[in-house]
Amino acid sequence: MTFAANSLRGAALAAVLGAASGAAAQAPEPVEIRAAVLRVDSPGPAPISRLDLPPADLGLAGAKLATADNATTGRFMGQNFALAEVVAKPETVEAETAKLLEAGIPFIVVLADAETTAKIADQAGEAALIFNAGATDDSLRAELCRANLLHTAPSDAMLADALAQFLIWKRWDEWLLVSGSHPEDKALAEAYRRAAKKFGGRIVEERVFEDKGGARRTDSGHAQVQAQLPVFMQGAKAHEVVVAADRADVFASWLPYHTWEPRLVTGSAGLRPASWHPAHEAWGATQWQTRFERQSARPARPEDYQAWAALRAVGEAASRTKSGDFATLSAYIRGDQFQLAAFKGQGLSFRPWDGQLRQPILLASGPVTASVSPQEQFLHQVSQLDSLGIDQPETACKL
Amino acid sequence: MNRVFAALMASAALFATPADASKIFVSNEKGNTITVLDGTSFEVIHTFNGGQRPRGITASPDGKTLYICASDDNLVRVFDTETYEELPSLPSGPDPELFVLHPSGNPLFIANEDDNIVTVVDVHTRQVLAEIPVGVEPEGMGVSPDGKVVVNTSETTNMAHMIDTETFEIFANTLVDSRPRFAQFSPDGAALFVTSEIGGTVSVLDPADNYEIKHKIEFAVPGVLPEALQPVGLRVTEDGKKAYVALGPANRVAVVDAASYEVKDYLLVGQRVWQLAFSPDGKHLFTTNGNSNDVSIIEVATDKVLKSVQVGEQPWGVVAVP
Repeated sequence: MTFAANSLRGAALAAVLGAASGAAAQAPEPVEIRAAVLRVDSPGPAPISRLDLPPADLGLAGAKLATADNATTGRFMGQNFALAEVVAKPETVEAETAKLLEAGIPFIVVLADAETTAKIADQAGEAALIFNAGATDDSLRAELCRANLLHTAPSDAMLADALAQFLIWKRWDEWLLVSGSHPEDKALAEAYRRAAKKFGGRIVEERVFEDKGGARRTDSGHAQVQAQLPVFMQGAKAHEVVVAADRADVFASWLPYHTWEPRLVTGSAGLRPASWHPAHEAWGATQWQTRFERQSARPARPEDYQAWAALRAVGEAASRTKSGDFATLSAYIRGDQFQLAAFKGQGLSFRPWDGQLRQPILLASGPVTASVSPQEQFLHQVSQLDSLGIDQPETACKL
Repeated sequence: MNRVFAALMASAALFATPADASKIFVSNEKGNTITVLDGTSFEVIHTFNGGQRPRGITASPDGKTLYICASDDNLVRVFDTETYEELPSLPSGPDPELFVLHPSGNPLFIANEDDNIVTVVDVHTRQVLAEIPVGVEPEGMGVSPDGKVVVNTSETTNMAHMIDTETFEIFANTLVDSRPRFAQFSPDGAALFVTSEIGGTVSVLDPADNYEIKHKIEFAVPGVLPEALQPVGLRVTEDGKKAYVALGPANRVAVVDAASYEVKDYLLVGQRVWQLAFSPDGKHLFTTNGNSNDVSIIEVATDKVLKSVQVGEQPWGVVAVP
């Protein structure tokens, strides 16, 4: 566990420049606000594409950028921000979490699967606020939800709804749903069924692609794919688009051009819903991308944006409340005054019923973002952002 | 009665003063061009290359020199407003978006979004005089009428930073609502307006009280989602009585009583209205409408939108010269 020192320069500058007007002007000692980012790496097969191989600092880099952003603001506020970066394995996560809690770190950004994330939240109890920046599972916002757990990662339901709104707007409402055989694929497929029902899509047929194991990438692997995948897709009922639910990353990236009918692929390949994309440039996002790339020498991933959003939420609360107090910051983050400017064209906030960050979802098609949902035609009585995902009346989260 | 008189004056202005040689320059962010409108007929009279991604645009006090932030060229391009000839460029620091010229005509204060600094450039020697560290993503730039204070807003830090133009040091910081975009003093210097795009408000800061917020202006338009009310550009009339606020994707300009801070009216203009500029005589207000590729022209006396003029692709900034 190491603490970044970029807050020290901030402290010195604050002395030179003078503190912000108002209450902070009287504060002689800078307040230190500590956070951690904890990523849990489970062993598993490599992704289909080597372009998707995870960088060593996945997610950590986003947390680091948020800490630097917070520190720049903090030097005007008399606030320092420190970050501990931890990468754990499933067998070490409990001990690593214990270390963070013993050190008294009150904000922990977690990149892990849903069950591990819930366990970390339980272990933290009232001692820390946990941000889920990795798991998209709807279950983590429903039966597995926790009072000390907020989600900056979008839920499967939000991602599915974002794509569904676009498809319906295009009047492509006849879908062939192809899902993987892993539990997380089945959960994502369920999110697409729900989205179809919610927005008027019709799933004309479903197919399941069984994962029979083995290496994802082999030399000349494309030869077999080209022969086998079209046959798997043959003879489906008339459909306008293919919707792929493949969180396990077993087959979807192979689908475009290997369908039987000449149909567009969406979902886990082709047109993909995501919280972030390295080509996103609207609403000042270019500045964020440039800042990130300069820091980390690689394009940003959704996990980086999600970790950034979590710690920027802490920084935003600190500057608005002019406080470093855990209870004050936690309450502000959850409150109705909270608003995070995060390069999506409107303020983001946390849903009180399940702790989910409301956010527009990008629809990326390879090198560009093709669209952003919510699509403006889908209205909502409270916030258009709540047309994506699980709304208050339907939540299964009991806090 | 005042209204009638004002309307008469305004319509007279439309037809009279043939000697008026004023011009309006519009930077087109996507088109990489500068559109020139005639200040009397409002017709497009010329279009020229503005460099890569021209955004911020301003002119020297005598109206002879035009400065443009060519964001993707990482420099300030300079043009003669009479001949449209390009003059030697100024260094700007990386990714310049907005700037403000000292009322004396020198130096130029430039916000560098990517570097968290404000760069100060001497427009005659073309030397960088200072780099002032500010908050994350510096954007809006304003200057007090007496030239003593330059204000920078930082979009992710959510602050207005007040900079002494002699020492180039920050002497005050004020936290405002999310994503502050633009800063504009009232002509008498007694109020500083700061727009917050995501926060949806305009903060009125009191220079006499260490730039504390003395009022927050809020906006509401029936039938328009509150999230779409995103204040960006702002201008105050020379008599200090009215402020105009561009509301971005709400496609409206708000008219605010600058004494009571009450919103008097919302004027429907083009899509994604971004920046504003008055004509040299103060009788007209020009708005850049980024998504409809046009400029709306508002008559200040009556607050009527007179017409819109098609310009280049994604108009961003606008300045009028006498």
